[in-house]
Amino acid sequence: MSHAVTQETGTPPPKRDAKAKAAISEGKKAERRLGLLLCAPAVIVMAAVAGWPIIYSVWLSLQRYDLKFPDRQEFVGLDNYVTVLSSPYWWNAMWITVVITVVSVVIELVLGMVLALVMHRTLVGRGIVRTSTLIPYGIVTVVAAFSWRYAWTPGTGYLAETIAGGEPVLTQKIPALLVVVLAEIWKTTPFMALLLMAGLALVPDDLLKAAAMDGANAWQRFTKVMVPVMKPAILVALLFRTLDAFRIFDNLFVLTGGSQGTTSVSMVTYNNLIKGLNLGIGSTMSVLIFIAVAVIAFIFIKLFGTAAPGSDNGGRR
Amino acid sequence: MAGIGGAETTGRKARWAVLNVLVVAYALFPVLWIVSLSFKSKATLADGNFIPREWTLENYTAIFSTTEFVRALVNSIGIAIIATVIAVVFGTMAAYAIARLDFPGKRVLVGISLLVSMFPQISLISPLFEIERTLGLFDTWPGLILPYITFGLPLAIYTLSAFFREIPWELEKAAKMDGATPGQAFRRVIAPLAAPGVFTTAILVFIFCWNDFLFAISLTSTENSRTVPVALSFFTGSSQFEDPTGSIAAAAVVITIPIILFVLFFQRRIVAGLTSGAVKG
Repeated sequence: MSHAVTQETGTPPPKRDAKAKAAISEGKKAERRLGLLLCAPAVIVMAAVAGWPIIYSVWLSLQRYDLKFPDRQEFVGLDNYVTVLSSPYWWNAMWITVVITVVSVVIELVLGMVLALVMHRTLVGRGIVRTSTLIPYGIVTVVAAFSWRYAWTPGTGYLAETIAGGEPVLTQKIPALLVVVLAEIWKTTPFMALLLMAGLALVPDDLLKAAAMDGANAWQRFTKVMVPVMKPAILVALLFRTLDAFRIFDNLFVLTGGSQGTTSVSMVTYNNLIKGLNLGIGSTMSVLIFIAVAVIAFIFIKLFGTAAPGSDNGGRR
Repeated sequence: MAGIGGAETTGRKARWAVLNVLVVAYALFPVLWIVSLSFKSKATLADGNFIPREWTLENYTAIFSTTEFVRALVNSIGIAIIATVIAVVFGTMAAYAIARLDFPGKRVLVGISLLVSMFPQISLISPLFEIERTLGLFDTWPGLILPYITFGLPLAIYTLSAFFREIPWELEKAAKMDGATPGQAFRRVIAPLAAPGVFTTAILVFIFCWNDFLFAISLTSTENSRTVPVALSFFTGSSQFEDPTGSIAAAAVVITIPIILFVLFFQRRIVAGLTSGAVKG
């Protein structure tokens, strides 16, 4: 990269004459050039593999395009959107996705807060606790999903026998969804907890002590002192997890395969696209999911205000 | 963490110990269960016992004797490593620029990477499927490496720019005073200081690539580029009467090993990496 930069840029002469000014602006220019050069590869990859395809999928969504009948491809305007939005399968999947997202994120927030407090405050074995909680975060989702599936399989699994009394839990809609939510919560609560723990570290100990002196009990200290300080961390954690939960695919694929009406929007899209080879309908669903995610993100960012992740990244300190 | 009353510290410690045991059990139970399954013999596989009654390695020897699994393992390792290296190199360059240099379009870049990190991956499946079929990338290594780089990049840029902000500015200035160009200051001074951050980021990106299922199942169709999570979900017994449970469990354990190693050796770094990019008060 250094060939783009001229040698004299590094040492601006101390005197403030015209020459020095030129050298400074030359230095600024070199800095700009270097900045752009360094960012170029990242920008190009993201534009080519994420930016362009999303535009392309909008175009595909306006086509009748079924790979089983490729010669019948034609522009159909918004027909695909009408088809998808009037399909009960789509709305069922949307409903299931929203329920899974809301239930699991709410439980994760509570559990994650408890876990964060444990990790933050514990007097013994902090290393072991943190190490073991990272395992659910790191483990391959499909692996964890299989573990849960076999645990709930009658005959094979320990949970199926002890808790479900030998019932085939995964073949009934509501119990199956509960297992899916359980698998989500198990896997992602540690991540939530870590983000919250980072927020906890920002709470000044003096403030807590002062509150205790003033007679605030543990719950009041938590709600009146900790939560307000942690608000940005809580919102970041919620945003990340909500968007992530909304994409749920792996767990459902392994645990229920989408049977008994337990498909998520990602699964319905996958089924139309890869199994049904219907690019038009699949792309329409892709675009709709994209819009849904954008709306969720927009609402959260409105809530964040200036605490949005990245707003701090822009300025150097 | 000063205990308030000295006398009750042992009691508090005991209570914390109980809580900690609960947390550890919560985290490890499903993992131990799949490990246990993988060591069960065919006869005891379906006995529902948490601990195997008969220990055997036959599930492991079975999967390692199939090309289906071995190929998938090679694919997983190769694809994840290549994607990680490229994403981390590009991410390092961009994060350095964001943290240290002044140039137009910086905020746009931060915005774009935030956008990509929030992207629903399923939205990319249909266009990528079509584009990759046209370009002949479908069911190839690059066909998976490209999306992995793309989604690894925002993660790398965030984590790294947070790390880079912690590096003392003065050193770079001093290097420039000594006549180094910004490029040299980057390579000679900042890069070595940033190495721990870069390494942490590499672990996080690797875990992401290793974990992926959606791209891998949608953009591959054969052993050519199928990764282990996908191969797992397609395992069937050697005959239709054979239950693949043991093989799936063994394969699942094999791909969990790298994760366990990372977590054991780099726990501190992973925690720092996960939290640094996300929370800035």
